[in-house]
Amino acid sequence: MSKTEEAVPGYLDMELLRFTTAGSVDDGKSTLIGRLLYDSKAIFEDQMEQLEMASVRRGEEQVNLALLTDGLRAEREQGITIDVAYRYFATPRRKFIIADTPGHVQYTRNMVTGASTANLAIILVDARNGVLEQTIRHAYIASLLGIPHTVICVNKMDLVDYSEEVFEKIREQFSPFKERLHISDVRFIPISALKGDNVVDPSENMDWYTGTTLMELLETIYIRSDVDLVNRRFPVQYVIRPQRQEFHDYRSYAGRVAGGIWKPGEKVAVLPGGQETVLEAIDTMNGQLEMAFPPQSVAFRLADEIDISRGDMIVPADHKPNIGQEIDLMVCWLNEKPMVTGGKYVIRHTTSELRGIIREVVFKVNINTLERDEEDLSVGLNEIAKIRIKTSKPIFYDPYKQNHITGSIIIIDEGTNNTVGAGMII
Amino acid sequence: MSDYTITHLRELEAEAMYVIREVGAQFEKPTLLFSGGKDSIVMYHLARKSFWPQVVPFPCLHIDTGHNFDETLAFRDRLMETTGGRVIVRYVQDTIDAGRVVEETGVNASRNVLQTVTLLDAIEEFKFDAALGGGRRDEEKARAKERFFSHRDDFGQWDPKNQRPELWNIFNGKKHIGEHFRVFPLSNWTEMDVWQYIYLEQIEIPRLYFTHKREVFNRDGVWLARAPFMTLKEDEYYETRDVRCRTIGDISCTGLTLSTANTLEDIILEVAAARSTERGGRYDDKRSEAAMEDRKKEGYF
Repeated sequence: MSKTEEAVPGYLDMELLRFTTAGSVDDGKSTLIGRLLYDSKAIFEDQMEQLEMASVRRGEEQVNLALLTDGLRAEREQGITIDVAYRYFATPRRKFIIADTPGHVQYTRNMVTGASTANLAIILVDARNGVLEQTIRHAYIASLLGIPHTVICVNKMDLVDYSEEVFEKIREQFSPFKERLHISDVRFIPISALKGDNVVDPSENMDWYTGTTLMELLETIYIRSDVDLVNRRFPVQYVIRPQRQEFHDYRSYAGRVAGGIWKPGEKVAVLPGGQETVLEAIDTMNGQLEMAFPPQSVAFRLADEIDISRGDMIVPADHKPNIGQEIDLMVCWLNEKPMVTGGKYVIRHTTSELRGIIREVVFKVNINTLERDEEDLSVGLNEIAKIRIKTSKPIFYDPYKQNHITGSIIIIDEGTNNTVGAGMII
Repeated sequence: MSDYTITHLRELEAEAMYVIREVGAQFEKPTLLFSGGKDSIVMYHLARKSFWPQVVPFPCLHIDTGHNFDETLAFRDRLMETTGGRVIVRYVQDTIDAGRVVEETGVNASRNVLQTVTLLDAIEEFKFDAALGGGRRDEEKARAKERFFSHRDDFGQWDPKNQRPELWNIFNGKKHIGEHFRVFPLSNWTEMDVWQYIYLEQIEIPRLYFTHKREVFNRDGVWLARAPFMTLKEDEYYETRDVRCRTIGDISCTGLTLSTANTLEDIILEVAAARSTERGGRYDDKRSEAAMEDRKKEGYF
């Protein structure tokens, strides 16, 4: 065993898990994150010093773990988090990326942003309050964004005498929503972020709970089935032409595998033209690969010379995605300026950019009651709706449920260049 | 690993390459900010991988504070020569001579803040529309909310309240004339990831990162190197110690670590056991709790 392996067991073959945390200011979300970072020893001495200084300045008696995750001065002054903040920690088993988002209704767009790349969502429930409107809202967003795993942490168990009954009641309260929201994998853990029960170490106060701690779950939950290994999709990102003596006629297509398992020798088609050829090699600077799968960044070399540019897509000849210009999608609006029905926007889908027009708003979702609103069809900041768009040229897509990469788009305002909408194709 | 699993380092690598290729595709005149530090060396390595066998299709830009370790500059020139890369160098000294900035005085004088002006001038001079940087979100609190594609207005400023939402891996680099982007492909990396990646890919780095004997002095708990432009305070004195750099920046504010780490494995062991962040050794961050946020707003890296 080399010295490195001894020191950092398994570090070179650790997996990455991205998770998002949603909860309101009072749910103890910042405390929970502070606890995960603190107990996994991701906090360094100089950060701890800063934390102590800041806590003292605020006149607090104990070191406030929540202050760890408050980033910008403006937010610290207001005492709230107003944007998605990313945190990192690692255990010997996995490396974690936390997308920490504020949970209030007016921050739906932040929650959606944080959820878009997550494998897992942690939803905090205050044991004293049970399942609230906002719990359902968070669960809905996790389900809308297709986060594969949901963990409901019933927090502040110390304030309800670590009562099993309280915990079970909350579990029951949530169960009707499980089916309604099509959440397949949901787990419940009773915790106290403040005292540390069941966060990293098993609680001594809740003998009745036999499940895993939160950390254990994060370390072991199976995530490989989270990516699409079925539908082979390769959006062309960049055409590589070295124009150097030793690579005179070389040409390859760089991109990140969006779906499926690819092997050289397979028959492929190139969209939009539909020309068929053979995948000759999968190139990287470290040598050719025998296969490629998501989320690898590689370069494809093809057997025939075909005119291919950025925005084209390489797919199997016998298993093409949907191709169309009239698209139905669920959209979350991200901008103060409301969506304009009939308005023209720039659309980005995989590596292509095109123009699109909002044809119709089918219904809006009341994210607190989950009811459809077919009367008021104005879509403003933080609102979620089903819409129909028409694009200036065909796009190659799969339903978002099948493939998050070929099934997602962003909508850009032509005047300000701002990203104003996030769409999930139905 | 099997079952179509990739390790977290390979996943971070794939993400960074995707971002670098987006920059190559979405912008007309990108550049890669190169300081000679390990993060920028990793960035350059990833850029080479992104476009191989093509050479990196845009130049590097080095803002030379004049307070560099000589070894850094020699390393930079050799790296570019062996890989067919291009580097543009602009000097903070020229900005000072032109009267665009006034050099700080006193014992704590540093050119770290001044380089912002030189950088923005260079971006203007070459009409760069995107500057790739090695910044990571784990470095400092103010960076935790930074985007991969960070929009800068036509004064080169960063407005924390007006950043574009970033969803999935769709990056919006659309801009008006005069605006530019800073792009951070290593956003999701930690210091440990960078070292592990250097080890995994066997990337060459300057010897400064390994232990060597150097004349140093201690200022408020931070070890700083002896250099012609550094002045000692009363009761400070030079001594020779076994040290290494944890970051390579401007000598005037780069703290050194007492260390005997002689190989990448040693360094990884040391980082794993470290009790303070790498920026903890940076004197410029100690100025105030929100120091980094202030510099960022003005267009600092």
